[in-house]
Amino acid sequence: MSDYNFAYLDEQTKRMIRRAILKGLAIPGYQVPFASREMPMPYGWGTGGVQVSAAILTPDDTFKAIDQGADDTTNAVSIRRFFQKTAGVAVTEATKEASVIQTRHRIPEQDLRDDQILVYQVPIPEPLRFLEPSEVETRKMHSLEEYGLMHVKLYEDISQHGDIATAYAYPVKVEGRYVMDPSPIPKFDNPKLEMAGIQLFGAGREQRIYAIPPYTQVVSLDFDDYPFQPTKADHACDLCGAEDSYLDELIVDDAGGRMFMCSDTDYCTSRRKNGHVGAQGVPFKEDAA
Amino acid sequence: MYVAVKGGERAIDNAHAWLAEERRGDTDVAELSVAQIREQMALAVNRVMAEGSLYDPDLAALAIKQSRGDLIEAIFLIRAYRTTLPRFGGSNPIETEDMQCDRRVSATFKDAPGGQVLGPTFDYTHRLLDFKLAADGEAPQAPSATAPTEPTPHIMSFLDRENLIQTEKTSETTPDDLTRKPLELPASRALRLQSLARADEGFILGMAYSTQRGYARNHAFVAELRIGAVAVEMDIPELGFAIDIGEITVTECETVNQFQGSKTEPPQFTRGYGLVFGMTERKAISMALVDRALRWKELGEDNLGAPAQDEEFVLYHSDNIQATGFLEHIKLPHYVDFQSELELIRKLRREAQDAMSQEAAQ
Repeated sequence: MSDYNFAYLDEQTKRMIRRAILKGLAIPGYQVPFASREMPMPYGWGTGGVQVSAAILTPDDTFKAIDQGADDTTNAVSIRRFFQKTAGVAVTEATKEASVIQTRHRIPEQDLRDDQILVYQVPIPEPLRFLEPSEVETRKMHSLEEYGLMHVKLYEDISQHGDIATAYAYPVKVEGRYVMDPSPIPKFDNPKLEMAGIQLFGAGREQRIYAIPPYTQVVSLDFDDYPFQPTKADHACDLCGAEDSYLDELIVDDAGGRMFMCSDTDYCTSRRKNGHVGAQGVPFKEDAA
Repeated sequence: MYVAVKGGERAIDNAHAWLAEERRGDTDVAELSVAQIREQMALAVNRVMAEGSLYDPDLAALAIKQSRGDLIEAIFLIRAYRTTLPRFGGSNPIETEDMQCDRRVSATFKDAPGGQVLGPTFDYTHRLLDFKLAADGEAPQAPSATAPTEPTPHIMSFLDRENLIQTEKTSETTPDDLTRKPLELPASRALRLQSLARADEGFILGMAYSTQRGYARNHAFVAELRIGAVAVEMDIPELGFAIDIGEITVTECETVNQFQGSKTEPPQFTRGYGLVFGMTERKAISMALVDRALRWKELGEDNLGAPAQDEEFVLYHSDNIQATGFLEHIKLPHYVDFQSELELIRKLRREAQDAMSQEAAQ
């Protein structure tokens, strides 16, 4: 791939993206328009995250890619390979060893440090989009801090279902100003949005970048009498026994039998390496994992 | 006992190897060359160049070969390649007035200077399968004539002389580049036209058709449709003058639409405009109709709430690379989100059933 620049994008494009990132960090939760490029993977498959990662990667970085919390899902493999090929950076599956982590739909279970950057792939950056389809209108609503519609929606959920019927991409308010879509992470992950690491959000098709600087206040929207509740399946991981991690549900036989396992594969593997065994797990062996 | 499924990497490699084999097909059948595609699938090549926004028939033909004939996939390959190219500068505007027309028809005047030239068109062919083509055919030979040397002025210029057609405001400012700046609304007409020129042919066709059927009808006459080669010139600062850097084939369509007028201004025809790379007539006509529909505000017309009048709707949904990527991404894993929905719906059902059984008990 010597025909392409380090991390694929040319330096002018990276500069443009870095400016958008800096602006995003300066105005937490604000969606900064940027001139998204066509990438060699399809829109909707992480092009926003890939462009952000390409703009921030340096040759000394160690890169990790996860999709649904897992390093070995096909699209995570594809993105990790892309940067191995175009940037030649070191890659890892270990959360604690990575300096840049690109993610789709999850925040790693292990707390991130202040020398780590989490890059999110974002499909629809506008939290108000499904209440108001017009971008012209929603930008106006943000600038006027006009978020009544969102509260009405949450209220209607409660009156109809007895609960706020949003389970992922649960809207948050950042530093008391912008209502932001945290990308389609399960609401279980929302409390982790206040962290030591830098969080960058890239939406390629929609041409938006936004950011949460370290230790920024991020509040999940709720009501006093219906407080926000992060939820997960009421089980322990069947492989490593963890009770504090977000779980995937698997159908394991024709009778519809279920089992649960950590969605964060690195978290699960590390626990098993440390001797934890779940109800259906086996003690960790290098080759079996 | 359960061992977690792995193997994403190997699955991807094997899938791609299989794809390569399928792309080639039966090896007893001769392989298609890029030159064959370029010469014999020229309209597919034209579409890929137009929607890929890159005029290079050889690369477009290569993309079609690589994509197994999936034109949107081919357009995607071209777009992804195009973004990596350095920019040396901008050309001067092309002069379609000086076009070497292969085809030039007007639906508004029976004859005009330059004449009507049908050119290589499917129009008036009977759509009967030609089984002779299934056998190895000979190279057909068409009668030829020498190209006329007199100029072919735009039909619109004749209406212009009588002030029957609205005059466009001229501007010396360079319009924004859609591929270098994020689209912001409201968009200028120049930006809208840029977007329409690379928009999906099917989408624009559907939008244009909807205006004909009454969703913001603006009855269009094709004043002129011309297809042919134009020179591309570029100013070279070191030389101090413009030189020819190449030649491209384009399709240009100008429509004459319903008049506007007011108490102070007598009625005038209005225009729609389409300009597309290659011989891409359906797209150029569609583009002109949609362009005209999007001009309602500037022309003082009513917003009828028609899809083709809604610039945000049209511009945000006409790019097939954006659309296909986002549409197809739903086949990627979503089990984390689905899991959270599962928990939510189980909880809501539990609560509803509890409430119902309580009611029944009372």
